[in-house]
Amino acid sequence: MTVTEQTIQPAANIHPIDSLLRADRLPHMLCPGCGIGTVIHGYVHAIAASGIEEDKHVCVSGIGCSGRAAGYVNIDSYHATHGRALPFALGIAVHNPDLNVTVISGDGDLTAIGGNHLIHSARRNVNLNVICINNFNYGMTGGQVGPTTPLGAKGTTAPDGAVEQPFNLPYLAKATGAVFVARWTVLHVREFQDAVLRAMEKSGFSFIEVLAPCPTSFGRYNKLGDGAHELEIYRERCRIENGATNLEDLDIDLIDESKSITVGNFVDIERRTFME
Amino acid sequence: MPDSAVTAKAHADQEPRVLTGTHFMLGDHACAEGALAAGLDFFAGYPITPSTEVAEHLARRLPALNGRFVQMEDELGSMAAIIGASAAGARSFTATSGPGFTLMMENIGLAAMMELPCVIVDVQRASPSTGLPTMVGQSDILQARWGSHGDYGIIAYCPASPQECFDLTFRAFNAADKYRVPVFILMDEVVGHMTERVVIPAADELPIIRRKRPQNAPGDMPFLSYAPDEDLVPPIAHAGEGYKVHMTGLTHDERGYPAMNAETHDKLINRLVDKIRLHAADIEMYEEIGVDDADTIVIAFGCTARSARHAVNQARSEGLKCGMLRLITAWPFPEARIRELIHLGKVKRFIVPEVNLGQLRREVERLTQLPVICLNHAGGAMPTPDAILELIRS
Repeated sequence: MTVTEQTIQPAANIHPIDSLLRADRLPHMLCPGCGIGTVIHGYVHAIAASGIEEDKHVCVSGIGCSGRAAGYVNIDSYHATHGRALPFALGIAVHNPDLNVTVISGDGDLTAIGGNHLIHSARRNVNLNVICINNFNYGMTGGQVGPTTPLGAKGTTAPDGAVEQPFNLPYLAKATGAVFVARWTVLHVREFQDAVLRAMEKSGFSFIEVLAPCPTSFGRYNKLGDGAHELEIYRERCRIENGATNLEDLDIDLIDESKSITVGNFVDIERRTFME
Repeated sequence: MPDSAVTAKAHADQEPRVLTGTHFMLGDHACAEGALAAGLDFFAGYPITPSTEVAEHLARRLPALNGRFVQMEDELGSMAAIIGASAAGARSFTATSGPGFTLMMENIGLAAMMELPCVIVDVQRASPSTGLPTMVGQSDILQARWGSHGDYGIIAYCPASPQECFDLTFRAFNAADKYRVPVFILMDEVVGHMTERVVIPAADELPIIRRKRPQNAPGDMPFLSYAPDEDLVPPIAHAGEGYKVHMTGLTHDERGYPAMNAETHDKLINRLVDKIRLHAADIEMYEEIGVDDADTIVIAFGCTARSARHAVNQARSEGLKCGMLRLITAWPFPEARIRELIHLGKVKRFIVPEVNLGQLRREVERLTQLPVICLNHAGGAMPTPDAILELIRS
């Protein structure tokens, strides 16, 4: 081995955010084309940019593909039961208010089985940053429809298309009291990262919905192509509208190509927090 | 806690943490005081009869001691919150009754799996379902042992008086930390709503045992959250200390990382069971009256033990060879002692009175071929001393 090789080899293995990822757990278990990795990437970049000590960041997840996020970030991280990431995180944040606690979980975990905790955590204005990865279905269990599946979209438990009105999550988060509400997609890497950073800066309950492809389940049943094709849909149809006031009109229709998807930072207000 | 020492001292000057002295106190309040004396930091709960007085008492007392009181949206959240607080280093606690205890079972399994200490009081009422909310039951004893899915070791104390509500709740926090397990206080409506003399010792007579902590500062070596010492209990690093812990309800290796294989699972679950099983002699508590020469032994716990005590004392004063084994820990169940009494050969039968249709009886029958006579009430009322005495005389 030459001197040159010795000096170059380690340098080639170092990435600026390596220390924030549990490299000993890679490769991850996520499918090709999945958007969750991009979300984790944005979160750890926000940690690095936050100016808050790494050791004061804590990540809590629930169950599901998105629930595995906590297992890949190299900070104190907890993988709670299905739907209970928010109350688990509340216990940490309320006992030690010096910690910056972020909950990363999926739409099924946070809005179906954990829906009650979501509305009450927002109402209390607990100091938590919530990143809700919305891939419109239960991916880990094989593509069942859930409370965010757009009307008409297919899943294994709705082979003829979903018939229930889905949640409009930014509208829900605002109505229940979140002080920061945003929606981005995994295509909007910078905007998403900045939103997470803003959530980390803010006291109180922040809610960021991030749309992510699930080509293995949702994409397959709805003929959306591979992950890249779903990103193409985001690119063509997303309309950025920061400060949008018509949150009640933010329903998502992935099937009807004429409908736009509104993204942006919608709410950024101050309100008395739980600890105050 | 992040609060400054100055603030803490100012509060402590106004509000004593340990109410040393002699009191005429409600069982539920004595339970809350036991938790405070044990250094309670964090309470999360949801109101439910007949445990509500525990929460109400702590809502007044705990914030004044720089602790945190949170009324949650349900018992699922309450249980998750006290586990989270424990992960951040808190001595954490919740109070409930049967219906809420059932909801908590989901995350009691998580506490067992993550090995995060916490204390849960279940003031039992007549069940199943909504049952008789304001009236007594003892029918959660097997739920306390087997309520969450899977195998895990557990500790449950069952006080028979307001004094024991204080004493055993205090002890429960030490046991939870020592063994890294969720610990139950299985009270019942009669004991919870009973007012009696409670003597609270001076704070320095109440030794607090804290959980084991990492030996090394956070640094180069990854901290192994689940590498047990010889006692099978691993030390705990808290959120925010820099050890980069990972905890999960999935089967995990010593680092805390998910390990999806049968070998790791078998090793982990056996340790979770063994860390209690192998320390049963240290954990178990029971009280005996005249069992050494008894041909009839009454086994009872909680409110029923009060009737049993009266009956056994009366029977003994009549010259009957009768004794009582009162369970102070329902779990671990003192089976070694019961086997020993059977082995001594004096005992000819057991009498098991309880406010359920035979849950404790199953445990006794499991150990012996001798007759096990039961005296049951499904709930709402309890066996009287006369009814137990009649069985002893028969």
